[in-house]
Amino acid sequence: MDLSVINPILLIAALMSAATPILLAATGELVVERAGVLNLGVEGMMILGAICGFAIAVETGSPLTGFIAAALGGAVLSLLFAFLTQITLANQVASGLALTLFGLGLSALLGQGYVGIKPPRMADFNFGPLADIPVIGPILFSHDPILYFGLLLVAMVWAVLKFTRAGLVLRAVGENHDAAHALGYKVVRIRTLAIMFGGACAGMGGAYISLIRVPQWTEGMTAGVGWIALALVVFASWKPWRVLLGAYLFGGITQLQLNLQGAGVAIPVEYLAMSPYVITIIVLVVLSADKSAAPGSLGRTFHASH
Amino acid sequence: MKIKTLLASAAVALGLAAGAYADGHEKTKVGFVFVGPIGDGGWTYEHNKGRLAVEEALGDAVETVYVENVAEGPDSERVMTQMALDGADLIFTTSFGYMDPTINIAAKFPDVKFEHATGYKRSDNVSTYSARFYEGRAIQGHIAGKMTKSNIIGYIASYPIPEVIRGINAAYIHAAKVNPDVEFKIIWAYTWFDPAKEADAARALIEQGADVVLQHTDSTAPQAAAQEAGNVVTFGQASDMGQYAPFPRVSSIIDDWAPYYIARTQAVIDGTWESTDTWDGIGAGMVAIGEISDAVPADVKEEALAMKAAIADGSYHPFTGPLKKQDGSDWLADGEVADDGTLAGMNFYVEGLTGEIPQ
Amino acid sequence: MIRLEKRPQPSRFFAYVTPLLAVLATFLFGGLLFAALGKDPVQSIMTIFWEPLFGEFAFYYRPQLLIKGAPLVLIAIGLSLGFKAGIWNIGAEGQYIMGALFGAGMGLAFYPTESVLIFPAMVLAGAFGGWAWAMIPALLKVKFGTNEILVSLMLVYVAEQFLASMSLGLLKNPEGFGFPGSRNLQQYASAHNAEIIAGSGMHWGVVAALIAVIFAYVLLARHRLGFAVRVTGEAPRAARFSGVNPSRLLLFCLGTSGMLAGLAGLFEVSGPAGQVSIDFNVGYGFTAIIVAFLGRLHPIGIVLAGLLMALTYIGGDIAQSQLGLPAAAIQVFQGMLLFFLLALDLFTNYRLQFGRTEAA
Repeated sequence: MDLSVINPILLIAALMSAATPILLAATGELVVERAGVLNLGVEGMMILGAICGFAIAVETGSPLTGFIAAALGGAVLSLLFAFLTQITLANQVASGLALTLFGLGLSALLGQGYVGIKPPRMADFNFGPLADIPVIGPILFSHDPILYFGLLLVAMVWAVLKFTRAGLVLRAVGENHDAAHALGYKVVRIRTLAIMFGGACAGMGGAYISLIRVPQWTEGMTAGVGWIALALVVFASWKPWRVLLGAYLFGGITQLQLNLQGAGVAIPVEYLAMSPYVITIIVLVVLSADKSAAPGSLGRTFHASH
Repeated sequence: MKIKTLLASAAVALGLAAGAYADGHEKTKVGFVFVGPIGDGGWTYEHNKGRLAVEEALGDAVETVYVENVAEGPDSERVMTQMALDGADLIFTTSFGYMDPTINIAAKFPDVKFEHATGYKRSDNVSTYSARFYEGRAIQGHIAGKMTKSNIIGYIASYPIPEVIRGINAAYIHAAKVNPDVEFKIIWAYTWFDPAKEADAARALIEQGADVVLQHTDSTAPQAAAQEAGNVVTFGQASDMGQYAPFPRVSSIIDDWAPYYIARTQAVIDGTWESTDTWDGIGAGMVAIGEISDAVPADVKEEALAMKAAIADGSYHPFTGPLKKQDGSDWLADGEVADDGTLAGMNFYVEGLTGEIPQ
Repeated sequence: MIRLEKRPQPSRFFAYVTPLLAVLATFLFGGLLFAALGKDPVQSIMTIFWEPLFGEFAFYYRPQLLIKGAPLVLIAIGLSLGFKAGIWNIGAEGQYIMGALFGAGMGLAFYPTESVLIFPAMVLAGAFGGWAWAMIPALLKVKFGTNEILVSLMLVYVAEQFLASMSLGLLKNPEGFGFPGSRNLQQYASAHNAEIIAGSGMHWGVVAALIAVIFAYVLLARHRLGFAVRVTGEAPRAARFSGVNPSRLLLFCLGTSGMLAGLAGLFEVSGPAGQVSIDFNVGYGFTAIIVAFLGRLHPIGIVLAGLLMALTYIGGDIAQSQLGLPAAAIQVFQGMLLFFLLALDLFTNYRLQFGRTEAA
């Protein structure tokens, strides 16, 4: 065993990239849940985003166009969920699960012609000489643009929720939809927009996997990341910066366990492999001192004539 | 048991029906049970290519059917039964976990032939077949040992089962033979399929100094990670992964099930099918070595091809003594060749590998 | 303008008619999908829905409906209790795994002793395994207020790793030539959950599912605890006033659903599946959540929903092999069916009101 082979700088850089898909999807879901809607279909929207992004990037040769297509794909799929839960007032948990099933199937159908193809690569963002600064350079200035977009997104969501009127309205709808309705806010419209935002973010998260992290298309390639993203929102007690923290923590533990194996640490592998989940639970218990609760109307169906 | 008699009588009825057309009008029906989606780009993808090759080679004489994403356990029993009831003459079950289900269902349909991949249980109408991938691993190990400059070779393993351990040993023996300083870093992914995790594992190995990465998982994710790193050598796994040639992918091990599937289907058509145990390698064409690219120096390529030829004609066995086990105890004496029984159940590392096999 | 107005009572008429409408709508859109894939739509749909029930080999497929449906119903019944009370156990998959591991472990510990006591002991162990795994989120919630959705979900992944570890280590068949997976319990008479009537598909898991359905029905309709479950879900504050202890209710609901999921795992591993293996779990714990909601959280509805899901799985596999439909198309088709069932349920609880009405 030789721990010196693990380079902490590269480890941090790697975990930032590993955390980005979860970060994007979880940030989107956070907005959805703050609006009082629980969409368990994140996995389905991610995988649809993964194939939409992949296919369009391959067809156009532009990864950026691919990401835009992925966001659109995720948003369109999420509209289906919005229709079910906001118009036909169907149960959100069941609709979300059905959405995942549907998304997995649809993505596999769409992706039939794209197995074994190499997508165009997205170049790293060019920071010029900044990237050469020791320690900080590799960690902060050596990534692809989408990773920075993810960070920006967290900051934007935080600022909008905290400081703007739009954020206030969104939170009001999520806390108590009947009161918000009484105040004249269009609950259904606001929630539909939030759901679409969540879908777009999940779609981009999926495309980050198929275009940057892996990059290839295979059926079912998101392999459960959407569920982790969902868990992360709860973990973060619906606060944007904690989503970032949680995503990095989760990505970090996963990276660390792989690195420890490479370094020959003699901990049974299966226990290392379960460690990210166990540690998440432990952290959750530790953080439970903070009693900030879920949005008051989370998961409840809203009907205006109540 | 009632179900057995029912099924058996149904099978007999079908057998009779099929028999009535035995003058050549009836197509031979071949079923394939797949554990993953045919679009997985790896294991199931290659089996499906074998299926398509059967259709192409035998044309109107055969009809093939398949079901993908079949879970091991009761679902696989149902799918096999369904194929048998629908008149399949031959059924290929292409995952280790289908072993007991295949035996169960085969007992209920004595007139249907079954072929189970990678298992060890046989009966009058169940054959087993598997490929000696370790022969390809030996060639990879040789190239890897020659190509590495850091003397660190990364290995992404799936689960600690004999198949995977055999591959690690074969690669290590031949890498260490040409480069005694070589060190293997092994990461157990504990998954067959998780492209993101495979990519992470490859990056972790590369960051720890590996400049050759071998993989026993099926996605191209490690190839992409190596390409990104720039100076890391990889090998295609299960399929050629030629889109990453000539570099980082310098060669590959390809599962080529087509010759076997065609031969066995032909045997059913001819009425010469018998229960057998097939474990074929490079010689029989079940394991193919993808083109060795120009990134490999000419002399190394020549040596690798010579080893391939020697393995193919049987003059060289990748597990030839003297070899010791990891704990230093003797395994094979000088010139002694490992027997298939030991290889099939291999659960130990050879001398020189560090770390433990997780249990 | 069209408005929705909530019905004072859910419509019985629509409760029966909407599932049929949903199935018809799925036929229409699913047919379009199959036609787009170049398959005969009528034949495709007939294969999925008719073939398993009334086709030539229905004698084989009908019992398979029970085998496929039983674990779904058993798990969904347990989940429905919690869901009714607003307690979200989405980790049934993990509890299912742990039930199977505990149960199979109990049986294998006695191998090769034959005794009539072994199977009952395994049933207890399986129930305990699932119960204990569900107690983790339950106790953490009671003690620390941690969210049970997150903890139960995380524990699924922990259980999956545990399953892999057991298949490769402790429970590995010593006569299996080093391959992963336990001994086959089908070949160990005392531990085998065999069909009670051969060829009927009726194994002890099916019996347990039926008992659970009756138990849940009586509990919800007649028992004080059932009242506590319902009132907590509908009006948590009122529940507190009427003397419901939320912690105890939480422990009961999570414990029961964990226990039933554990039992489902045990009956599966000792019967249809036969052995512990790395890929033993096939998603019943997640599908059961859909089943619970499709069944409107009602015991009888859950039975019907479970059988319907089982039918689409079985028919879907037949359609794959007979017609060459890709598995993905079947998945999309199932998704459509769920969407229509969920969406059309609107008419059970609401009526469409045409023209402008005064808001009450």
